[in-house]
Amino acid sequence: MSVTTREVTAGETQTIVAARRLRDTKTVFIGVGRPSTAAILARMVINPDLILVYESGTIGAKPFHIPLSIGDGELAQTADSVVTVPEMFNYWIGPGRIDVAFLGAAQIDKHANLNSTVIGEYEHPKTRLPGAGGAPEIAASCGEVIVIAPHAKRTFVEKLDFVTTVGHGDGPGSRERLGFRGRGPTAVITDLGVLEPDPATCELMLTEIHPGGEVDKVREETGWELKVAEDLKTTDPPTDEELSALRELLDR
Amino acid sequence: MAEMLSLSDAIAELVSDGDSVALEGFTHLIPFAAGHEIIRQGRQDLELIRMTPDLLYDQMIGMGIARRLVFSYGGNPGVGGLHRFRDAIEHDWPRAVEIEEHSHAGMANRYAAGAADMPCAVMRGYVGTDLMSHTTVAPITCPFTGERLVAVPALRPDVAIVHAQEADREGNVQLWGIPGVQKEAVLASQRSLVTVERIVDELEPRPGGIVIPAWVISVVAEAPGGSRPSYSLDITDRDNDFYRFWDKMSRDRDQFTEWMNENVLGLATR
Repeated sequence: MSVTTREVTAGETQTIVAARRLRDTKTVFIGVGRPSTAAILARMVINPDLILVYESGTIGAKPFHIPLSIGDGELAQTADSVVTVPEMFNYWIGPGRIDVAFLGAAQIDKHANLNSTVIGEYEHPKTRLPGAGGAPEIAASCGEVIVIAPHAKRTFVEKLDFVTTVGHGDGPGSRERLGFRGRGPTAVITDLGVLEPDPATCELMLTEIHPGGEVDKVREETGWELKVAEDLKTTDPPTDEELSALRELLDR
Repeated sequence: MAEMLSLSDAIAELVSDGDSVALEGFTHLIPFAAGHEIIRQGRQDLELIRMTPDLLYDQMIGMGIARRLVFSYGGNPGVGGLHRFRDAIEHDWPRAVEIEEHSHAGMANRYAAGAADMPCAVMRGYVGTDLMSHTTVAPITCPFTGERLVAVPALRPDVAIVHAQEADREGNVQLWGIPGVQKEAVLASQRSLVTVERIVDELEPRPGGIVIPAWVISVVAEAPGGSRPSYSLDITDRDNDFYRFWDKMSRDRDQFTEWMNENVLGLATR
């Protein structure tokens, strides 16, 4: 028997959908928060061979608990290899050895470019955000990027206040012109649905909606005229196995 | 050989007003005790360099001792923002802080270039972003392949300060677990201080252990628990609750000041 959608929170669905994307992935690069939860969940129930790589230099980490920071002790203690930060970026990320990278952002535009630097003007910001961290080079070089973000109008904006990380630039051909190795963002997973770039225009369109959601609500929470795929799918509801594994993980 | 000093003597000898100082440690082994001693000794106008400012630089910035900050990620890992860092940039409180920001890859390469005594490092990165026009990077063409790359300037801090698990009595240092950019920071700097959890007769080789020989370190100082609320793998645990507490408490200027008075200024050197 499958779990009814009423019992599942939007955040749980978002995490499970992100985990499912890693079914055939060999290596995933993750930050903290929901991406980390999704990747650990994927190792538990979807892809036990998945190799988790954290920015702190821990390659092949096998955390039992969800780490608070990317540098928690458990990551180093369970890793296959622990490397320095220069090595992480120069030997592992730069050459494109990592298949999938999960990234978050405070703002996303329709070409999946990301802002995690400032809201407002750079010199006199309304809100100073943490900044780039590893994101620009991760997004340039990893095989593909999956963005995980809450679906809200202040996040999905027409124009970024600052381009911290290039997704698909200003459209087709941008990444090639910039010399990027990876394919760039292939999906944006939100608490309402999944957006994927239209292959012809690289513009994000709604391709999947979570159970019980409404397209109008997704449009309302998107700061540009959101296109909807002709064959819009409804997300398969989380299975009992996925849901109980996720809840057990969060309880650890 | 490294000089073996107390932490307060080490800071008095190595750190002067106006210096550029890099206190490194990537989530792990953050040299809190040394940073707190810098605050207690009243150093001013520092250029603070660090990939991830973390709570330590939030405290130093909030106490008004930084004139400039060089960094790549100013967040409270896994929790949210850094409120003193934000307040300084958004509202110049308690003073204006000039910033120079990079990506992690850029900062890591800048330290590596400094350690190699090269003027710059060459890398793929920054292109297409707004960081390009707001920081010190420059396009460069590979003379062999014609590929367009970027150059980032070497970091050469006046002083590097890092924390490690152990030193022997000669001042040879070993750290293990997440190694960050500590070795690069020490080798890139004019002077260096390594604080350690303990001093041992002999360093016992550890898996993944990095040994920094005494003769490239200026001073070693014993500082047990000196990376708290960060951690020193196998000796202390990361105090995740403190990182959450800091998020709430440090939002308020007065509460912050009171906390620092009580827990840093009001304490003797640990």
